[in-house]
Amino acid sequence: MEATTSFQRYVAKRRAMAAHTLREMVKHKWLYLFLAPFLIVFVTFTLTPVVMSFGLSFTYFNVLEPPRFIGFQNYLNLFLTDDIFLIALQNTLIMAVITGPVGYILAFLFAWFINELPRFVRAFVTLVFYAPTIAGSAFLVWALVFTGDSMGYLNAWLLSWGVIREPVQWLTNPDYMMTVILIVVLWMSLGAGFLAFIAGLSTIDESLYEAGLVDGVTNRWQELWFITLPNMQGMLMFGAVMAIMASFAVGEVTQALAGFPSTDYAVHTVVNHLIDYGAIRFELGYASAIATILFVVMIYTKILVGKFIGKIGQ
Amino acid sequence: MDTLTQRNQVALDRIRRRKGRASRALRKPNRSLGGDIFIWIILAIFGAFFAFPLVFNINNAFKPLDEIFIFPPNLFVINPTMNNLLDLFVLMSRSWVTFTRYVFNTVYITAMGTFGHLFFASLGAFAVSKYEFPGSKFFFGLIITTLMFNPFVLQIPNFLILAQIGWIDTHWAVIIPAFGMPLGFFLLKQFMDTIPMSLVEAAKIDGASEWYIYARIVMPLVKPALLTALVFSIQALWNNPQHLFIHTEQLKTLPLAIQQIIGSPHAPNIARQGINAAGVLVMMVVPIIIFISAQSNILRTMASSGIKE
Repeated sequence: MEATTSFQRYVAKRRAMAAHTLREMVKHKWLYLFLAPFLIVFVTFTLTPVVMSFGLSFTYFNVLEPPRFIGFQNYLNLFLTDDIFLIALQNTLIMAVITGPVGYILAFLFAWFINELPRFVRAFVTLVFYAPTIAGSAFLVWALVFTGDSMGYLNAWLLSWGVIREPVQWLTNPDYMMTVILIVVLWMSLGAGFLAFIAGLSTIDESLYEAGLVDGVTNRWQELWFITLPNMQGMLMFGAVMAIMASFAVGEVTQALAGFPSTDYAVHTVVNHLIDYGAIRFELGYASAIATILFVVMIYTKILVGKFIGKIGQ
Repeated sequence: MDTLTQRNQVALDRIRRRKGRASRALRKPNRSLGGDIFIWIILAIFGAFFAFPLVFNINNAFKPLDEIFIFPPNLFVINPTMNNLLDLFVLMSRSWVTFTRYVFNTVYITAMGTFGHLFFASLGAFAVSKYEFPGSKFFFGLIITTLMFNPFVLQIPNFLILAQIGWIDTHWAVIIPAFGMPLGFFLLKQFMDTIPMSLVEAAKIDGASEWYIYARIVMPLVKPALLTALVFSIQALWNNPQHLFIHTEQLKTLPLAIQQIIGSPHAPNIARQGINAAGVLVMMVVPIIIFISAQSNILRTMASSGIKE
């Protein structure tokens, strides 16, 4: 028929596409069954909370009464009246900017160096570097080192060597707290990225390096840039995501070492602020707004890092 | 450039010949002795920094009272004693809920959560990695994004959801959400992608079912990734106090029990330094031992499972 309008053609095309999709779905019905168990749990306990946080961030919600819509009021309060939130945001950004990239690069360098070692020491050295990440509450040992009186190990040593005249309040003096926390966080958060780097490095085919040698690669830095890194971009992105996750989620360590709240909120993070409003004051709408801001910052950071990693080896 | 390539070709031939003779003592191409020494020095310095607190704590756990409070402190114990560990168990056995109950709860949660997680995640990862079907790409994109969302940040809405289901104050509140951790799924999918599709295609032509391909072809090849996912899962579950979801004392886990003994750094239990160290030792020994056994397995699997196209 000649009178077919573009609209009818569009509808026919969409219908054909939908039919195709449906056929594909029926054809792969077993695969949906394979995915279903994980999908259901994932959607319920990981995805829904994110969506809920976003929705609740526009409400006043104190658990007892049903949520009441208040528009952007939570966000306005956060940025215009909540000075402590601004301090927390600033602290979190400082921690993220330092522990994120530094931790990430250290994790990769350690993994790369370890991969260069003879096989028999590799396992042991990997353990040494990874143990702090899995040791859980073991970071509390640092509390002994940084204790603020003259009996704290660091103070006692510095006093006996004559470096300082009186004990330094490492965990309660705002001048030092941030540095101390950064050291502890770096120590315990090589994390998942580090292991993934080692796994990624050891799966790279040896013959690629031999081929590189023939093509004129003359030292290990060239090898790293032209062969190793481009062949493990997946692992690199994974490491980056893990680093972003860890560096924006600092909160447990500050709470355990520097107290909650810490002196002058010197190491108060966004996560601390979130726990304060969510689990102590039960202002869930406000806490959700904090969580939403954190999500947005993390997603934006991930996009930026992804662009950078895409350029590796070019 | 030509001479360079030639020289490299010569080096490569030499390596190949040596590889034929003794494949173990092989020096890789493009390596300098200076670089190797540099690597050893860097790793030694940072290794000492990373190992010090843990070594110190392990030793503290076995120090008698007079050695714990000595200054300057000894890194290594001189007269090791089991008193601290024994005190820990005795102290806890007299408590209202016995120590073994906390241990059981933690082992139970960790084992159940990890088992379910590995099964669910590997099934799903297999479907997404080896087949393309409507929605698979979108779903994997979601996984990658949610990887960044620490459970810590999701805790509060999760509490509301769990309360709706009615799992608050049961072990299910910790076990079931662990099944859906995006981390293991992501890792397994990434590793499955490296398995040549030709293996799957060949099996399909032979008439193998999806289940057969998953269980008999793909799973044996992703053992390293499975073990890595296992370590992450155990690490997350073993160390997680979950104080928001479980209130009944009999259901609580080891980290909470240990925290109760240790106190906080700001109200520290000074007199119990030895027991503190013993408690931390108990907490860290399990993930570390599991990591060590899984790690040797990962390396062995890696060495023997090289798939070359």
